[in-house]
Amino acid sequence: MTTLSTLPPSGQTRSSQAQPRPRKPHVQKRDWTGWKFVGPFMIVFALVLIAPVLYSIYLSFFKDQLVGGNSFVGFENYGQALTDPKFWESMGRVTLFFVVQVPIMLGIALFAALAIDSARLHLSSFFRIAIFLPYAVPAVVATLMWGFMYGTKFGLVGNLNEFFSIAIPNPLGNTWVLAAIGNIVTWEFIGYNMILFYAALRVIPTDLYEAASLDGAGAFRIIRSIKMPALRPAIVIGGIFSVIGSFQLFNEPSILQSLAPNTISTYFSPNMYAYNLSFSGQQYNYSATIAIIVGLITAVIAYIVQNSGSRKEA
Amino acid sequence: MSTTDQTQTTAEKAKAPRMSRYTSEKKAGKSNQGLHTKKSIILTIVMGALLIYSLLPLFWLFVNSTKTQAELLNSFGLWFSGDFALWDNIVATLTYNDGVFVRWFGNTVLYVVVGAGGATFLAALGGYGLAKFNFPGKKAVFAVVLGAVAIPGTALAVPTFLMFSQMGLTNTPWAVILPSLISPFGLYLIWTYAMDAVPTEVLEAARMDGSGEFRTFFTISLKLLAPGLVTVLLFTLVATWNNYFLPLIMLSEPTWYPLTVGLKQWNMQAQTVGGDVIYNLVITGSLLTIVPIVVAFLFLQRYWQSGLAAGSVKA
Amino acid sequence: MKAPHSNTRLRRTALAVATGLALSVSLAACSAADGGGAETGTADDIAAALQEETTLTVWAWAPAVEDIATAFEKKYPKITVDVVNAGTGNDQYIKLQNAIKAKSGAPDVAQIEYYALPQFALSDALVDLSDFGMDSLEDQYTASTWGSVNLDGGVYALPQDSGPMAMFYNKAVFDQYGLTVPTTWDEYIATAEQLHAANPNAYITNDTGDAGFATSMIWQAGGQPFTTTDSTDVALNLQDEGSKKFADTWNQLIENDLIAPTASWSDEWYRGLGDGTIATLNIGAWMPGNLESGVPEAAGNWRVAPLPVYEAGDTASAENGGGGDAVLAQSKNKLAAAGFVEFMNSGEGTQISIDAGGFPSTVADLESDEFLGYESEYFGGQKINEVLVQSASDVVEGWSYLPFQVYSNSIFSDTVGQSYANKSDLNGGLTDWQKAIAAYGNEQGFTVTE
Repeated sequence: MTTLSTLPPSGQTRSSQAQPRPRKPHVQKRDWTGWKFVGPFMIVFALVLIAPVLYSIYLSFFKDQLVGGNSFVGFENYGQALTDPKFWESMGRVTLFFVVQVPIMLGIALFAALAIDSARLHLSSFFRIAIFLPYAVPAVVATLMWGFMYGTKFGLVGNLNEFFSIAIPNPLGNTWVLAAIGNIVTWEFIGYNMILFYAALRVIPTDLYEAASLDGAGAFRIIRSIKMPALRPAIVIGGIFSVIGSFQLFNEPSILQSLAPNTISTYFSPNMYAYNLSFSGQQYNYSATIAIIVGLITAVIAYIVQNSGSRKEA
Repeated sequence: MSTTDQTQTTAEKAKAPRMSRYTSEKKAGKSNQGLHTKKSIILTIVMGALLIYSLLPLFWLFVNSTKTQAELLNSFGLWFSGDFALWDNIVATLTYNDGVFVRWFGNTVLYVVVGAGGATFLAALGGYGLAKFNFPGKKAVFAVVLGAVAIPGTALAVPTFLMFSQMGLTNTPWAVILPSLISPFGLYLIWTYAMDAVPTEVLEAARMDGSGEFRTFFTISLKLLAPGLVTVLLFTLVATWNNYFLPLIMLSEPTWYPLTVGLKQWNMQAQTVGGDVIYNLVITGSLLTIVPIVVAFLFLQRYWQSGLAAGSVKA
Repeated sequence: MKAPHSNTRLRRTALAVATGLALSVSLAACSAADGGGAETGTADDIAAALQEETTLTVWAWAPAVEDIATAFEKKYPKITVDVVNAGTGNDQYIKLQNAIKAKSGAPDVAQIEYYALPQFALSDALVDLSDFGMDSLEDQYTASTWGSVNLDGGVYALPQDSGPMAMFYNKAVFDQYGLTVPTTWDEYIATAEQLHAANPNAYITNDTGDAGFATSMIWQAGGQPFTTTDSTDVALNLQDEGSKKFADTWNQLIENDLIAPTASWSDEWYRGLGDGTIATLNIGAWMPGNLESGVPEAAGNWRVAPLPVYEAGDTASAENGGGGDAVLAQSKNKLAAAGFVEFMNSGEGTQISIDAGGFPSTVADLESDEFLGYESEYFGGQKINEVLVQSASDVVEGWSYLPFQVYSNSIFSDTVGQSYANKSDLNGGLTDWQKAIAAYGNEQGFTVTE
């Protein structure tokens, strides 16, 4: 799950929001000064993101075979992808993942943020930092670590089974593997989301609390009527990040695969499927097609999440 | 998200440089709520469970980096066992293969300094430009940035690799640094932050004085943006420090590996004919990889939290 | 990379004429003019190229290669060998494939396992070493390793090590439970039952489904599921007699939970090998070194026995793992690269490789008294090489891998692995695997017959 390299698609409303501001005449002219500032970012952006995307789109219209070479095939790859059961199975899996894991993670993070903000907690700043720490652990290291611990024979799970004479089922077995991956992702990102929410809580103006306590509102009432509305934008951001992260699920399953080859297939997530198609199968064109379809679907879902987030407020 | 948002409107009312207000509000808010509340044991216990969940794997990592390879495989995972071999492991990690770990560490620092530093700088310029200027194509910039990030990065690896290869960039540090120069999140954060942190009036005044836009940016605006910059820097720092997939694809020479790729290679080494089984070094190396970034976060937490506050509220 | 072929023939003729007429002086001039990048050459050309300033890049993960490179540089001071560990096995193939696709960035020499060799050889990514006269080295190598590099009439690598299979067993465990060393697979299954009954935590072996192991077992059973003719016509039959024999045998272990579901090479696996809960390994002859470094605490417990056979009295074995070193078609220093490959795998390099724990593929080394007489301390003083070398000569002939074996193996766990996970009939898994392989082959333009 990579959360950082993504952008919450909320600035469109943001920029329209900026428009009602009184503007000085010189800003209203077709002024290119802004490009001098945005230009450097956009040049590098064009090189490392736009160009590969365009190249991918180009590739998706061809088919390069080990025997027979390269040929233009139009939309054939798209047709194939849309009827590819492996692709849809992987999409289904990450959808399930995001439907279950994201609410749990965001829920825990929200609870933690509210708890730390409530001033009812002993040592709250220690909690804040400690829960945030896993975010600083590289996904590779986190997965290696959890992978070691998941071992049912000699790993931590095995130790616990032996110690308490219980039988925790194999976390990397068919039934639990998605949960096991969800656990790693949750572990990595609870702290990040908690800080996101916490930061939003910290800027609630104090006069709101004063007014509420004058009205005799209790803690839960304050949470419901003051804190939750204030948190909504942050929750939407966290949600959008998590949607994109879920659909791009890759590092955790691909590193765990060597421990659980039979439960984590080569098409476990759409991203793994695309990766394996191109890197072990040399089906670069079909892989590019899958990538584009996943990108489109992700964008649509992220857009829906953003919209439903704002509609509730309206 | 919406102009009707309550915080938003309240925030709009509060004029003037925002930055200092965040911290002061924070303190005020805390003490204000604190007046009426007692510490709750139950809440502390529930949060304690979450704390254990968060720290247990790190504790496991620490405990196991004190074990020898033999003890590692034959002792209870969550407690110390045998000789306390942490120092030996650290020394072994740092000297294994002629100290290649140190080299990887240096590479990682290079990627972080140039990559995260550059990303922050580009995001600062771009975000500021978007916040403070109207220019043709501004909306297009937004749509393009948003659209491109939804495409899975891993799936773009092949086209990117082929392109970089044509440009002769593969297997050089540039192949890792160039892509990490882009932080759409950073761009967004600075954008929202700059809207209020840099008052338009100040810019107007500078223009009256005949200061060029870039001079204004470097002498005035950059200082006002500082907390936002620190936040972006920290998040890009984590992203580059943890970067795994891209260097894995782009680099074939271990001399240019960052720590993450190197560690994975050490982990794979157990599968080699005649190769060493060095899980203890993998674990100790993982610990050493985490330490610097954790320290960075602890020291700079005051800044990034206030910077993040701006971003999250503005959405 | 196909273009040079007609050139090659021309140049070969020219060279033959030149060799007939002129002296080595003119040959040296010829190779110098080519900058050492000639597509063909004789031993003399190679010798000349090795006297010129050249830097060779070698991708290899075997630790011995570093030492071999040092020895090579000492012998040929003008050559610099840059050994790069670009990843182990599949990780490296991915990078190699990328570099080939990108048409730049490939090394001069790469270590490639036998199973992956056809994929690179038949896509013209590798140099046919017989253009450099190395087909004459055939007699130096065991039949099975030579068969693995001699593909479609060309020689695409020189064998570096080999992995004739044997059964490694933990004698301490066998003694503790009064087990006898099995010689057939039926006995092996009986032993598995005995052991697991005596100690429910202990298993005869581990297996979570490994394409390399399964194909080796089919190989030993005399199966030939993959046949390739003219590089593009592929015949598949994972339900031939040998494949079925393997599946029917292994089914009995899987269906009765007699195999530890531990992934090979994981830390759990190493623990199991150390504490006796994994009692045997059927694996290539390169394993002793890994046991010594990975499972030091079990020193003295392990022994080697011949691989159990399907029919009592048989002597069949198979190769498991091992690989060779190839010269890449992208190389601009093909002569020097070929020289290095020869030094490594036919010259002084072989001994260095053996000293580092590699199991050789060269007949002379396998038959040397020193090698056969070696008493391994780790194996309680057993002369392990006697067993392993015997296995090398018992390898069943006629096996071949697919021209897209790397990909096929990568989807093994998607198909056959499911039989392992569900404890269902392996024949079903093999059939699924065949279907998936056929689909891929057709997709890539091969003519696949099932």
